[in-house]
Amino acid sequence: MSDVVLETRGLVKHFKTRAGAVRAVDGVDLQLRRGETLGVVGESGCGKSTLAKLLVGLEKPSGGEIRVRGDNMARLRGSSLRRARRNIQMVMQDPYTSLNPRMTVGDIIGEPYDIHPDAVPQHGKQRAVQELLDLVGLNPDHINRYPHQFSGGQRQRIGIARALALRPEIIVCDEPVSALDVSIQAQVINLLEGLQRRLGLSYVFIAHDLSVVRHISDRVAVMYLGKIVEYGNQVAIYDQPTHPYTQALLSAVPVPDPRLRGRRDHIMLSGDVPSPADPPSGCRFRTRCWKAQPGCAEHEPLLQIRERSPHPSACHFAEIRDVMRRF
Amino acid sequence: MTDITAQMDAVPGIDPRAPLLDVRDLRVEFRTREGVARAVNGVTLRLHPGETLAVLGESGCGKSVTAQAIMGILDTPPAHVTGGQVLYRGVDLLRLPENDRRKVRANRIAMIFQDALSALNPVYTVGFQLGELFRVHRGMSRGDAKRRAVELLDQVRIPDAKRRVNDYPHEFSGGMRQRVMIAMALALDPEVLIADEPTTALDVTVQAQIMGLLAELQRERNMGLMLITHDMGVVADVADRIAVMYAGQVVEEAPVYDIYARPAHAYTKALLESIPRLDLKGRQLNVIRGLPPALTDIPRGCAFHPRCAYAREICGIEPPPAYQIAPQRIASCHFVREVLGV
Amino acid sequence: MSDLNAVTTAEAPATDAGKPRGLAGDAWLDLRSRKVFWIAAALVVVVLLMAAWPSLFTSADPGDCLLARKNAGASGGAIFGYDFQGCDVYAKTVYGARDSVVVAIAATLIAGVIGLFVGLAAGYAGGWIDALLSRFIDVMLGVPFLLGAIVLAKRLSSDPESNGVVAVILTLGVLGWTAAARVMRSAVISAKNQDYVAAARMLGAGPGRLMFRHILPNSISPFIVVLTILLGVNIAGEATLSYLGVGLKGDAVSWGLAIAETGPYARTAAAPLVWPSVFLAATVLAFIMLGDAVRDAFDPKLR
Repeated sequence: MSDVVLETRGLVKHFKTRAGAVRAVDGVDLQLRRGETLGVVGESGCGKSTLAKLLVGLEKPSGGEIRVRGDNMARLRGSSLRRARRNIQMVMQDPYTSLNPRMTVGDIIGEPYDIHPDAVPQHGKQRAVQELLDLVGLNPDHINRYPHQFSGGQRQRIGIARALALRPEIIVCDEPVSALDVSIQAQVINLLEGLQRRLGLSYVFIAHDLSVVRHISDRVAVMYLGKIVEYGNQVAIYDQPTHPYTQALLSAVPVPDPRLRGRRDHIMLSGDVPSPADPPSGCRFRTRCWKAQPGCAEHEPLLQIRERSPHPSACHFAEIRDVMRRF
Repeated sequence: MTDITAQMDAVPGIDPRAPLLDVRDLRVEFRTREGVARAVNGVTLRLHPGETLAVLGESGCGKSVTAQAIMGILDTPPAHVTGGQVLYRGVDLLRLPENDRRKVRANRIAMIFQDALSALNPVYTVGFQLGELFRVHRGMSRGDAKRRAVELLDQVRIPDAKRRVNDYPHEFSGGMRQRVMIAMALALDPEVLIADEPTTALDVTVQAQIMGLLAELQRERNMGLMLITHDMGVVADVADRIAVMYAGQVVEEAPVYDIYARPAHAYTKALLESIPRLDLKGRQLNVIRGLPPALTDIPRGCAFHPRCAYAREICGIEPPPAYQIAPQRIASCHFVREVLGV
Repeated sequence: MSDLNAVTTAEAPATDAGKPRGLAGDAWLDLRSRKVFWIAAALVVVVLLMAAWPSLFTSADPGDCLLARKNAGASGGAIFGYDFQGCDVYAKTVYGARDSVVVAIAATLIAGVIGLFVGLAAGYAGGWIDALLSRFIDVMLGVPFLLGAIVLAKRLSSDPESNGVVAVILTLGVLGWTAAARVMRSAVISAKNQDYVAAARMLGAGPGRLMFRHILPNSISPFIVVLTILLGVNIAGEATLSYLGVGLKGDAVSWGLAIAETGPYARTAAAPLVWPSVFLAATVLAFIMLGDAVRDAFDPKLR
């Protein structure tokens, strides 16, 4: 267990609104091991972005705990809390809004050092900033430029450099490539992979694009309406999915190969995702599920290993169905 | 369904035997303070009834501007159509008086957008906005228009259409809203539907629903569908032919099976190798280096040459001609043979 | 990893010297090269000099009036001629700068400070503080300006000895901050919700850093615009109050006063109306241009 760097137990976040409590994250257990990438996938409204904010401390949990290297974040105070926080950084989705337009790149990447003076490397802040620029594949001479002078992909690299400044072990990537052009996405994905190898980083990689998540992740958690419905390694989730939602999700992803047209397992879900302010009773997926039985409305399926699911799956009728198979 | 309506919105000069949509050497530039951005530089496309043509490219490649120029909804200034023809059934829309053009736009060629919420008027009910189309263009009474609106919502598979026709746009979910917009686009039975990134803002499960609906409606009505997108997965699922755009030009055009099996342009090939695929794992992504060019400063010769793995000296000097490599295949690359591997 | 370093920047090679610079330094470099900035700054300096040492510009005394010279044309030092009371229009205009400029700048500063703090507090804190402050702004906006100003100015200038400058400043300042506060509040709210503020919070930045490094620099532009407009409004406001008899009194001279008192005679002799107006307009314009130039210089995208 010692190589678990980040762990959540029963993590809950409810937002109070006029329409009642929105249960954005509703009991999430995750484990992230050193040097691995944990993918979190789900559609909009599933709570994956709230989960990211909870992990980096932008939101306070309503319940449950987040443990960094075994320390419960809620129990830490003062300098030990600051040190624990430093250990988890985030790369945000939108490279156009996540950099202050009125700061130079040098100031943006150097800001972590201004906030944590004890983290400045011995050879000085400016050298450190330039090394970071070089590390993410940008010209170290560009410290005096402003964000708008860079393209989207380059800005995302600046965001990555800022996240690396405090030498964290864990980086939460919240849709880091979804705002980028197709030809630029691969550049950033490869950069993230390279940095992970070089620096031994652990990633929580949150995305809606299942292809990207498959490419980069070791293990994957599938979220639906604030809960994890299926959890397993990359092969388990993609080749042996047992939860109906995962299966539907996978079958809906277009594959860039016209020869597969009509030869893939297509599961068409009806309707939309219900509101997280008023989730269905029992199993939350039952309103769109073709396997649903009356019992699904009463008994909430737990995320666990089941008779026909070798990895944790939150479905009473979990069963492997290889939706990637070609007919 | 084409009854009295054809008369009311008749446009002179239409030849039913001419190609449905024939875009020839279209050129559009944006004149701004920073300079002239050449967004579309000689695009030639053809669309037939019942066919799906995908126009594929990254942001800034000119695919949306091409669509807007065909629709005649570009803002001038800053945009100026500087050359070419857009022939609809033999009539050049670019030379048509605005009045006739408007008739074509409403009745013959329709368009749907990525952002359905901003394309619908928030202060009117969906039924009113749909009904207005029938009242203005078909001279229907209020009651008839409303009835047609319900029918249409039914056709785009909106459940409980009778009741929902009285709802406002914000009361629909993203996917349902996109259906409403499709209903509005199809209200007057157009022959051509241009869909500009219709599912980019939607979740995958909803995206599958919408693409399925579009394909179904297209089959029923034998429409020509021009699908503008950056998503190579969506294209592979629905397109018949593909036109790949880069820096305002069509660099490759081919039937869908050929292009995925054997791309003929270096850009298409690199793009296919750079995207992560759901069905293939553990593959190292092939990176296209650098950035798409600024449209104010497009490289000489082949626009792709600074990023191209096949580039040689000639690529920076001479623009590649359009090679006809098979009956329906065109690629503008000096090294077509090398890319194809022959 | 070599492919990572192959990213090239398409932009023109800007000044990329090794020494790091900040926003203020870059802004100054930019301002230095703007013609508009220098013209506006020169005008402002001239007006300030006029306000401080009017005798540098004219040797005549604005109080030296002879009815015999009523509406006479230009002669000698009186290059703008004489008004209906036989006072030197040029001298009056030069001497009028002091009270006009002092009143306008001081009142604008007061309004600016109140507006800045109320707007920042409401926008940054949100919740009940915002609700309370916003309602207070609404109430202030509900007070008819003239009525409020008359009551307030009268109350403040009860001392018959004073020339009313302080009273006018306070009146205009206290009544004029609402628009600035509203603009500041909405700009702060939109800046506060930007991702880069969240990014800084995530790094452990405290409220001071969030406010002064991230939120304020990105929300101040519209506020500056409102202030430069307010400056002109305040010069006009002083004239209005003076004309109504609750503004500057006694032997005070100001552009507003001069414009106000020539009103009825303007048809027979335009000079006494035209010249103070020209000075007033030029001053307001100079401040607006200065404000715009500074705002643009602090926005890297507009450089």
